[in-house]
Amino acid sequence: MSTFSAIGEEREIDRDEYTPGVEPQPTWCPGCGDFSVLKALKQALPEVGRTPEETLLCTGIGCSGKLNSYLDTYGFHTIHGRSLPVARAAKLANPDLEVIAAGGDGDGYGIGGNHFIHTARENHDMTYIVFNNEIFGLTKGQTSPTSPKGHKSKTQPHGSAKEPIKPLSMSLNAGASYVARTAAVNPNQAKEIITEAIEHDGFAHVDFLTQCPTWNKDARQYVPYIDVNESDDYEFDKTDRVEAAEMMRTTEESLYEGEVLTGRFYVDEERPSYGQEKQTIGEMPEEPLAERYWDDDYEWERSHDMFLDKHA
Amino acid sequence: MTDDELIWRISGGSGDGIASTSQNFAKALMRSGLNVFTHRHYPSRIRGGHTYTEVRASAGPVESRGDGYNFLLALGDSFARNPEEEAVYGNEEIKPLSENLDELREGGVIVYDEGLLDASEIPNFDERVEENNWHVYPLDLRGLARDQGREVMRNTAGVGATCALTGMDLDHVQDLMRDAMPEKILEPNLEILQIAYDQVSEEYDVDAPDVSVPTGEHDEEQLLMSGSDAIAYGAIDEGCRFIAGYPMTPWTEVFTIMTQNLPKLGGISEQVEDEIAAAALAVGASHAGVKAMSGSSGGGFALMSEPLGLAEMTETPVVLVEAMRAGPSTGMPTKPEQSDLEHVLYTSQGDSQRVVLAPGTVEEAYEQSRLAFRLAYEYQIPSILLYDQKLGGEMKNVPKSHFDREPNPDLGKTLSEDALSEQPHSEDGKFHRFQHDVDDGVSPRSIPGQKGGRFLATGNEHDPTGHISESPENRVAQIDRRAEKLAAIREDLDTEDTGSYAGPEDAEYGILTFGSQQGTVEEAVGRLNDAGVSVKSYGVSDMLPFPTEQVREFVESVDEVLVVEMTASGQFRGLVQKNLGQYGEKLSSLLKYNGNPFEPAEIVDGFETAIVEGDGDAPGNQTTFVPAAGD
Repeated sequence: MSTFSAIGEEREIDRDEYTPGVEPQPTWCPGCGDFSVLKALKQALPEVGRTPEETLLCTGIGCSGKLNSYLDTYGFHTIHGRSLPVARAAKLANPDLEVIAAGGDGDGYGIGGNHFIHTARENHDMTYIVFNNEIFGLTKGQTSPTSPKGHKSKTQPHGSAKEPIKPLSMSLNAGASYVARTAAVNPNQAKEIITEAIEHDGFAHVDFLTQCPTWNKDARQYVPYIDVNESDDYEFDKTDRVEAAEMMRTTEESLYEGEVLTGRFYVDEERPSYGQEKQTIGEMPEEPLAERYWDDDYEWERSHDMFLDKHA
Repeated sequence: MTDDELIWRISGGSGDGIASTSQNFAKALMRSGLNVFTHRHYPSRIRGGHTYTEVRASAGPVESRGDGYNFLLALGDSFARNPEEEAVYGNEEIKPLSENLDELREGGVIVYDEGLLDASEIPNFDERVEENNWHVYPLDLRGLARDQGREVMRNTAGVGATCALTGMDLDHVQDLMRDAMPEKILEPNLEILQIAYDQVSEEYDVDAPDVSVPTGEHDEEQLLMSGSDAIAYGAIDEGCRFIAGYPMTPWTEVFTIMTQNLPKLGGISEQVEDEIAAAALAVGASHAGVKAMSGSSGGGFALMSEPLGLAEMTETPVVLVEAMRAGPSTGMPTKPEQSDLEHVLYTSQGDSQRVVLAPGTVEEAYEQSRLAFRLAYEYQIPSILLYDQKLGGEMKNVPKSHFDREPNPDLGKTLSEDALSEQPHSEDGKFHRFQHDVDDGVSPRSIPGQKGGRFLATGNEHDPTGHISESPENRVAQIDRRAEKLAAIREDLDTEDTGSYAGPEDAEYGILTFGSQQGTVEEAVGRLNDAGVSVKSYGVSDMLPFPTEQVREFVESVDEVLVVEMTASGQFRGLVQKNLGQYGEKLSSLLKYNGNPFEPAEIVDGFETAIVEGDGDAPGNQTTFVPAAGD
């Protein structure tokens, strides 16, 4: 038996394999958009041929963080805002793993914003799904980084004076090589986008609009939505950074005017992933580092043999 | 103070090559057969400012900086601010000479670069020279270097003069320059060295040196090594192949050494956006099956509190190093202090569990870096190696054989797929990663990618499968199991013997210390015993889990104990009392927190005035005495 025999296994995968026996029924509120992310992942993972035991799902804290309890893979439910640094290190340690990170808009665009910018900048080969419901759900309805200006809540009683974060534009500027937005109400597109994101060799960021029926009742249910790649009203080249930026800006502004634009906004298939870049400059081994610890024939180097002469 | 030692201080400005020149000179002394120990003093400034390095060399053992010094090589500060302008910093140009006079011993030697320094600018210079019987050699080192091509090589001229005046052979210095310098600058430097040596030998009577270099012999090959080097090599030999970090003085040294060496070992180093990410990356890499570390200094380590807690709760092995400097806040970035002890012991929410080791010497830094990894991986717990700017930056000679040990890449209780199939699983195939009843509290783990190892790691309280649980029974079982690991580690540490003892076993008095002050305390203990004071010392390394029984035995065996530490609030003394739960009336403190490490004489003086004479007076130097409870 090899060390990581779940990796690269060729077999049919049933989507039920991702449903845990311990907690098969999620506790999200009825009508919550989060169900759609779970469903899209359960559809996408078998389609890309990744089994539960070669997949590592890292989440943050919030309603989105519960995803780990409802999707049965190797899981790391980390701390608020920190799923990305945990996830990207796991990918560097073992690039053969399928690494997916997920969190909410507070988690990814607020407290973890710095990690988001830098992980996108480095273009790690992983998927990052942000459950964007424009609200803090688990802590009961506070204004979040994506809440619209003027949003009233117990923490913003006079209405938020802040412009919301522009997540797609931020992602593009930071360096993500795949940027998309989908919505819970659009399951087919969601499944397709998540599938593409997982298959993309680089940092794939999916801003997933997940309506919150409990704390954001006023908010749109993100219908009707328009797929900008399909609609005749929008013409742009998603491989062109400048055109993508303009389309993103339009999308971000129109969301607060009641128009829900979704689709693939930027796709760069040329840019090498961070792991490839590191290997090119000789700072990352060709073989997964995680395998070395199981190789009985590996001759572990000693400082005594390699580095001490310069101290003599 | 021993007569048979050279304590050479080279002073100048930051950016003037003081560190590299002193390192080469220390190595030359080591190669000549002497034991050496260095002490660095530098400002938080890129260019200019008062900087010096001391090199102490003796045929006998040296484990500390000395009391003052006996040979000054004062070079110019190339980046001193303009003395013509009125400013709070005064005349910086003269500081390499003026700032170093207070600690120069009687009968000491001063060589200064008269091309750059004008001694007449120092008030009462001639009187002080006469009073202290100093021997002064004004030399135009800059002019000499310039004549040979490059003014910046004046350091080399100063070393040549030092050799001539101390009776030191040029051979070892020349050899070192050949090893260390690129071809282009080697020849002119060798010439400058020789010319300076010859010129001083001709001009002055050097046959009877005022201060001479001792002679000694080593019986085995020696290495000149810093605490930071030793920590990095310990990590490498323990199979660490992943580091993540963010620059911060003085931790940057370990980060840099690892980063430069890891690619040669097929390892990975990541410089990341902040220390939260750095510690989280180490946790992520370790979770995926790689031996990993991160680290920082006080402020950066503060950001690691949350990932540290995550590692504790998810029982992910990881090693963090914390290089202390003077705080609070930004404090004094380049000055040593031990005042992050409580920060490191107690940071992060909840009843958290971790290992904290504080090595006392360069040799211990290597051993305890390895020990930190072994404990982290065997017991699935974060280990913190706590040291400071002093230990990280000081260099000393260590026998090469000290490092001739087997590597240990062992991941601890980590299961192969075969072994995993024998382990309990839920009906849906989830591996029970966090079982309640296991030896030493350590539940074996799997690595992502292994078949049959699927589990959830979470910072929430969780049941044996990893599933989030708030059941009272499970909560108590998991907390108790994680606590059991610490008890098992204490037993394990009892076999490691990390403590360092000096002085006669039946001594009347005791000195307790921790971390980097150990060598200085031990030198002071030697001197006190020579002077007829019966005292012994115990340098403690295990901060958590604390060696309560050993410390209790030590305290009980003496009449009074002086606790020596570089904090203002007596943090280590507090830790001792917390663990012993008594003896507050027996423990007094000698503290130093002015940014400079203890000199042995300060401990000797402090001990004599405060303990032996017993009048509780402050020792009258830059230390502070805090009496025992009830005194």
